[in-house]
Amino acid sequence: MSAAPVLVCTGLVKRFGDLVAVDGVGFEISPGETYGLLGPNGAGKTTTISMVCGLLERDDGDVVVAGRPLTTTSVEAKAAIGYVPQEIAVYPDLTGRENLRFFSRLYGMAPAAATERIGEALEVVGLADRADDLAGEYSGGMKRRLNIAIGLLHRPRLLVLDEPTVGVDPQSRNAILEGVEALAGGGIAVLYTTHYMEEAERLCDRIGIIDAGVIRAEGTRRELVALVGERDRVRLAGSGDLASVATACGALPGVEAASVRDGAVDLIVEGARGLLPELLRVAAESGGLVDGVDVHEPDLESVFLHLTGKALRD
Amino acid sequence: MARPALAILGKDLRQRVRDRSAFLVAVVAPLTLALVFGMTLSGVSSDDLELSFGVVDLDGGVVATGFTDEVLAGLERDGLATLTVVRTVGEGRRLAADGDVAATFVLPAGLSEAVGAGRPARIEVIGDVDQPIGVLVARSIADTFAAELEATQVAVGAALAAGATGPVDALAGRARELAPPIVIEDATATKKQLDPVTFYSASMAVFFLFFTVQFGLSTLLDERRQGTLGRLLVAPVSRRAILLGKALTSIVMGLASMTVLVVATSLIVGAEWGSPAGVALLVAAGVLAATALSALVISFARTPEQAGNFQSIVALVFGLLGGVFFPIAAIGGWLERVSLATPHAWFLRGLGDLAGGAGPGAVLGAVAAILAFAAVFGALAVARSARLVEP
Repeated sequence: MSAAPVLVCTGLVKRFGDLVAVDGVGFEISPGETYGLLGPNGAGKTTTISMVCGLLERDDGDVVVAGRPLTTTSVEAKAAIGYVPQEIAVYPDLTGRENLRFFSRLYGMAPAAATERIGEALEVVGLADRADDLAGEYSGGMKRRLNIAIGLLHRPRLLVLDEPTVGVDPQSRNAILEGVEALAGGGIAVLYTTHYMEEAERLCDRIGIIDAGVIRAEGTRRELVALVGERDRVRLAGSGDLASVATACGALPGVEAASVRDGAVDLIVEGARGLLPELLRVAAESGGLVDGVDVHEPDLESVFLHLTGKALRD
Repeated sequence: MARPALAILGKDLRQRVRDRSAFLVAVVAPLTLALVFGMTLSGVSSDDLELSFGVVDLDGGVVATGFTDEVLAGLERDGLATLTVVRTVGEGRRLAADGDVAATFVLPAGLSEAVGAGRPARIEVIGDVDQPIGVLVARSIADTFAAELEATQVAVGAALAAGATGPVDALAGRARELAPPIVIEDATATKKQLDPVTFYSASMAVFFLFFTVQFGLSTLLDERRQGTLGRLLVAPVSRRAILLGKALTSIVMGLASMTVLVVATSLIVGAEWGSPAGVALLVAAGVLAATALSALVISFARTPEQAGNFQSIVALVFGLLGGVFFPIAAIGGWLERVSLATPHAWFLRGLGDLAGGAGPGAVLGAVAAILAFAAVFGALAVARSARLVEP
């Protein structure tokens, strides 16, 4: 019998005037599980986790954290949450250690336990040797790591990370991803939002693909890729009238989706090898000058394209 | 609620200690201005005012002699003025024109006779245009003497009507010797007026108090901008505790600033604040009013810059109306009545009540008034407090 979920949210709705930013989102996360919300910017990821953390009042739906209902005014339920916001939310005029000390007091940690946990958190994020420097003097990557250390400090049962690698150098990014992997291994439930497919594939046990405030599909990577079936993702890189190329290719039998991104046409097709000569011919007739072709096995990018008809980073 | 509020207070105070602008606004600026204003304007105190008057007695009668020998000579004996007796109006006019005297009194021929007969009489004052205060004092002396003569005339008239007999001069002399039936003691002029050093020490302290307290509550807007407010809201802390922590920061900053300024101005320039307990009551009430007003003002702002601008405008307007740059209470009139719509005026009035050596009980009225401001501002701020802790 599996352990009770740490987070259960159902039917979350948030409206900003006429705009429905989140429309009926629901999911569960069990202890030790990492759940990813994968979607492009503006899909509703941050609004969803703002409601999950009790930061934002919701218009409908329920959130239960560690068995306790959560609202914006809850106090007990929030104690189970560690929150790492997308922006770097640290006090630049306090040292790294002072930042952590303050949050340990806010979470009601006893001084001795806090001292121990602060040391551990600094070690985990690799800031122990710079702990007594002002956070304002840290590099961007170091601030990101301090940002995460604050979320981890009180050993939360649910850790919520909102795009924690945005604007981070590759070295710090890798360190962050390794840290999240280790946390999930330690039994913490992790809610991770990203628009990087590679991060979702690497970290998440289950993934919810979110677009326009709605979860389009949910499951393990294998389950999601199966939605695409035997389809491949073909990428035609080149120049010329790529929009016309996408339109023309999209009309061919066996082509399921076509879109333009970053100087290339992304296609979801059935049987890429057999269809490739026809695709190149149509592309040339449509005014495109193709100078590179990539054929990929189905991945989350393919799934997103399949589900929404647009690329993940549009 | 107290534990997280104290954690926020401790964190904020640590940040403020590292922020030189807070120290500049809370201590350096008010202290500097208090010293400059106080030391500059202390030279205009009545102790240093030297008056000199001339007098031309063309009458020689009992009234003129009384004015010269009793009133003016009396001022000279008390060391309040020097007196120069001249023979002609031209000579007296020249004294005033040359600035040798502030004013010359001309007692015209027939003055005593006119007064004795109950006819209109006049004393002429020729002033030096460059000594307006001295001229004002001279006119005041003449007016006072005229009023006294009028009272004497009335008394003599009443005595004669009642059937009294005897020479009019004797009756007038007896009337003047009688003790006045009512003695009016002008407490505002002598006891409730702060000396310049104390006035500017207090006024600058209370003026900058309304800037200093913003270093607590307005940091909510800084926290919102840097994302840490979201962290506070996700922590197991009620929104009231966050507000309380920020308000406590404002209060502690205000109390620390006022305490430093009271002690520093007392030690450095000898400001006389009065009873420590009374001053403590006024300071505590003033800090509460300033904090409540700050909370209300900040609830209308969306950014730290807006909050700073709103706060500065309100603090400046309240300061001006409250009479922190000049003693409005000494001017009186509608301006004084308007000033009572500010906590600043009540604070200064309370200190004035202490200036004569009174105990803390003397400031209870002023303290109650300031607390009323705190209650009104605070109630309005609480009604709008949800805006302050929006993510």
